[in-house]
Amino acid sequence: MFRTLTVLVENNPGVLTRVASLFSRRGYNIDSLAVGQTENPSISRMTIVVEEGDKVIEQVTKQLHKLIDVIKVSDITEEEYVDRELILIKTDADPSVRGEIMQIVEIFRARIVDIGQNTLTIEATGDEGKIRAIIEALRPFRIRELVRTGKIAMLRGSRFNTVENGN
Amino acid sequence: MKQSGAQILIKCLEEEKVRAIFGYPGGAVLDIYDALYDSSLKHFLVRHEQGAAHAADGYARATGKPGVCLATSGPGATNLVTGLANAYMDSIPMVAFTGQVATHMIGRDSFQEADIYGITLPITKHNFLVKDVKELPRVVKESFHLATTGRPGPVLIDLPKDVCQEKTDLKYPKVSQLRGYRPVLDGHPEKISEAAAAITGARRPVICAGGGAISSGSSEVLRQLAELCAIPVTTTLMGKGVFPENHPLSLGMLGMHGTKYANYAVNECDLLITIGARFSDRVTVRADAFAPKARIIHIDIDPAEIGKNVQVDIPIVGDVKRVLEQLCQVVQARTETEEWSAKIREWKDKYPLRYHHNGKIKPQFVIEQIYEVTGGNAIIATEVGQNQMWAAQFYTFTKPRTFISSGGLGTMGFGLPAAIGAQIGRPGETVFNIAGDGSIQMNIQELATAADYKLPLKVAILNNNYLGMVRQWQDIFYNGRLAYSDISGPDYVKLAEAYGAVGMQVTRPEDVRRALQKAMQVEDRPVLIDFLVDRKENVFPMIPPEGTISKMLEE
Repeated sequence: MFRTLTVLVENNPGVLTRVASLFSRRGYNIDSLAVGQTENPSISRMTIVVEEGDKVIEQVTKQLHKLIDVIKVSDITEEEYVDRELILIKTDADPSVRGEIMQIVEIFRARIVDIGQNTLTIEATGDEGKIRAIIEALRPFRIRELVRTGKIAMLRGSRFNTVENGN
Repeated sequence: MKQSGAQILIKCLEEEKVRAIFGYPGGAVLDIYDALYDSSLKHFLVRHEQGAAHAADGYARATGKPGVCLATSGPGATNLVTGLANAYMDSIPMVAFTGQVATHMIGRDSFQEADIYGITLPITKHNFLVKDVKELPRVVKESFHLATTGRPGPVLIDLPKDVCQEKTDLKYPKVSQLRGYRPVLDGHPEKISEAAAAITGARRPVICAGGGAISSGSSEVLRQLAELCAIPVTTTLMGKGVFPENHPLSLGMLGMHGTKYANYAVNECDLLITIGARFSDRVTVRADAFAPKARIIHIDIDPAEIGKNVQVDIPIVGDVKRVLEQLCQVVQARTETEEWSAKIREWKDKYPLRYHHNGKIKPQFVIEQIYEVTGGNAIIATEVGQNQMWAAQFYTFTKPRTFISSGGLGTMGFGLPAAIGAQIGRPGETVFNIAGDGSIQMNIQELATAADYKLPLKVAILNNNYLGMVRQWQDIFYNGRLAYSDISGPDYVKLAEAYGAVGMQVTRPEDVRRALQKAMQVEDRPVLIDFLVDRKENVFPMIPPEGTISKMLEE
């Protein structure tokens, strides 16, 4: 099953390598990994989606904790959270099907951000379900290129995943 | 007063009360060596950087203090790699310094450049590449803190040449502050009571103590717990010496080449208390069939070890010594102890470790003689393979930090440099390196180091002209097809003499003792004794890989 981990790390050079090599060395599968600076410039936050069973996830969490540069690891899969991913899709779109594609884009509240002679480039953001759905909807038109940022996530309400307000 | 990075480094090492550095100079560390030249720090010049890493490791194992080694950039640094991996697998506190090309040269494939930071990521507890001399004191402070606390391990600091030359003011921090590193030391009280109740209620308990029991200094309290509750104690290879092996409750070592009675006890026990050990495959052999009738208590400082290889019932994360102290305060003595004790005694009487004399020198006999000649008081380093297993089986260890052996990584060539480190760390003591003729040739150059510093250590080669453990496996599992395990060696007597050591060769059992006694008389240089042993002797008992106790092979 897919689990979503939120990992706060020191914003040190090499920290991404440490995390990535831990996954490859121990044979854990990463589905996606997104990383960037947080409200505190000395701390970066990674959102890692892992496809593993409970026992392996426990090991993943513990092994991540063991890295000195890792400050905090939370498995938020069972929590209430907001998650988003941004994708860009370049699809075949000769003039005869453009109208249909634009309707799909409308339905998903996505945007057309570029147009080529026979292609359209679509930007969409959303949670996992929506992203999956729009990809499926566009697949019949022949997706030529797809790029995604990986999922980012944040707990809902007044609960925090920060160093100061750790829960 | 402004000082160079190199001078600051040496000052920091003095602050950390470092007594010995094992190293080898080269281009990128010339500034550090220049600063060392003015310092009272003792530097030991090895003959190969791998020797420096193993010597620092042996020093740490023998003394409990962090071992320090130093090598230049590129090949110097990569030569440390095996030594770091070895220390990491066995959780040995070490701080390694490597030179690096100047910061503006990094990434350009400069002369003697290697990405040692990247290379050592998975084989160090933590590592640093220092890019600004102002960070250096903090990095050194953090490195020693990381290496020696929590689950110990090696830390590497990569030092570009310009950082060593740059000048700044030294402010050595008093404490290190790492928000991502806070080892849990005290055991959770609820788990402690749960464990105490399980111990009191157990009919057939066994303690299995590992290297963590030694590194936390738990010998005394372990013995207290075992005696209070009449619990037999087995140890892993790494745990040897933490519990006196001549104690009635001792079961010796368990695992693939463990005693039959230790393995029987673990197989039949209803409660296994694993202390500072990690259920390695050489201990469990088959993890899913290990201690099949037992509830398991696992005490370890590293939470990631809990449930990694074997599922446990009562996990206690904390410093082993503190947890055992907590446990001793609340545990009630067991009442019905006699039945289990009698069973253990029966196994011990029925299945002792043994071998048969046949007129040739038996390697086990050599070990027993070393035990007798040293009164059991020596520090024993080993190489890896049959020599290591026989040393573990036939020398009776009674004190912690006296058995120095590469457990996890199984590094041939470890023993001689480790013995050098141990001898330097504990100069008054008798240090033996028990070696095979294969292993000794892997770092034989360090005999020059030992001779140079007039170290009176003794090397006992159990020479069978084979890579003995390989040959044993080929004989048992590969139909005796001895592919490339038949190995020759030099004339060790001449070799020893060429290095400035004393060389002896022994070919008959009746001369073993005399040679050892003669070796004990030598105090100003190393002694190497070449024992020509029975070539075909095997290490038994042996549980074959993936096998269980019912598949145990015996003599």
